[in-house]
Amino acid sequence: MTRTRRRRLLLVTCLLVGLSGACALMLTAFKQDMLYFHEPSAIAAGNVPINTRFRVGGLVATGSVERPGNGLSVHFAISDCHATVPVRYRGTLPDLFREGQGVIAYGKLDGRGAFVADRILAKHDSTYMSPDTARALNAGTSDACMPANMQASR
Amino acid sequence: MHVRLGHDEKTVVSLTMDKGVKQRFHRLGSSPYFYDASARWAIWLAVPAVICIAYAVIAGLVYVPPDYQQGDVFRILYIHVPSAWLSLFGYTAMAVAGVVALVWRLKLAEIFIAAAAPVGASFTFLALVTGAIWGEPTWGTYWVWDARLTSELILLFLYLGVIALHRSIASPRAAGRACALLSIVGVINVPIIHYSVVWWTTLHQGATLGLTGGSNMDADMLWPLLAGALGFTCLFGWLTLWGMRVQLLWRERRSRWVMKRIAHG
Repeated sequence: MTRTRRRRLLLVTCLLVGLSGACALMLTAFKQDMLYFHEPSAIAAGNVPINTRFRVGGLVATGSVERPGNGLSVHFAISDCHATVPVRYRGTLPDLFREGQGVIAYGKLDGRGAFVADRILAKHDSTYMSPDTARALNAGTSDACMPANMQASR
Repeated sequence: MHVRLGHDEKTVVSLTMDKGVKQRFHRLGSSPYFYDASARWAIWLAVPAVICIAYAVIAGLVYVPPDYQQGDVFRILYIHVPSAWLSLFGYTAMAVAGVVALVWRLKLAEIFIAAAAPVGASFTFLALVTGAIWGEPTWGTYWVWDARLTSELILLFLYLGVIALHRSIASPRAAGRACALLSIVGVINVPIIHYSVVWWTTLHQGATLGLTGGSNMDADMLWPLLAGALGFTCLFGWLTLWGMRVQLLWRERRSRWVMKRIAHG
């Protein structure tokens, strides 16, 4: 390798290292804003700005879904392993909504510890299998703990 | 009598070997040679591309069982996942070519970037569109601004940026160098896209397949997906190779070898 080429290669390497460093610093600084949703335990720990609208995500707690009144209203709880947030919602639900399923609710805390949502999105996991396999594994009847892929690494 | 290979002879041997490799390398840099040879190579990409994609689509639509949660909707994965993979692979390949273009000033590396950018942009667009079509029935929305979707959209803009930059500079050498630089700068986004689902909470699910870990997918479902990925890779190579030939013709349109080939059809 000639001297000019070595110098150019060094320059390109420096450029990449510098850029990666800058990006890493920026993404670390904006970490909170890069999160699409917060987990119930983060709300319990007081790490969420609760006076504004935000998203909470977790699993629909098993046995928590109730439909009071005329059918469009639904009450349920979103939980991760450590904390649970009761949610009130009125509107249509995505097809994948069910107990034990990952969901994301968009709305605001009502001041008495309940989350009033005006939008519910379903989150599906990264496991794909046939209904037969699922029956054999008894999948879909998961506990209230969050699977690893719903959590951001800390 | 004891015969020993003299020092000079050894040098000659190593020189001729070195020369052989170097000659092959230099021949690749010769435009008419590359133009003629690439027409022959294309078939080795085109045939596997067609076979693998046909198998992936037919198996994915007909033979693969429905998903236990999503039913038939998940079948769009056989287009969505390979195009998303290739969108990342394509940009990474462009960045590698960018380093080669800037450090070794290899003309073919510049041409590769110019030819790969539209193909990569198409795969990125396909990944975004199929993702939106998949998202509506499963998530309940076509689009959200989570880290995965947003960074993939930025990748599309980076591809479009390379295309626009290439077209806006008249001098081929200057355009090639500028595009090489943008390819290298933009590659920062590739690991961000890949790890977005790990670093932050996103609506998009995590990776199903890992290079080290096992897969979270039934084997019946997995093989058509891998065939699709292989087919899309060959398709990417095929389209890019053809694009390179077009770029080469245009770039050297005033040279004698191009005139000769045009005159003879």
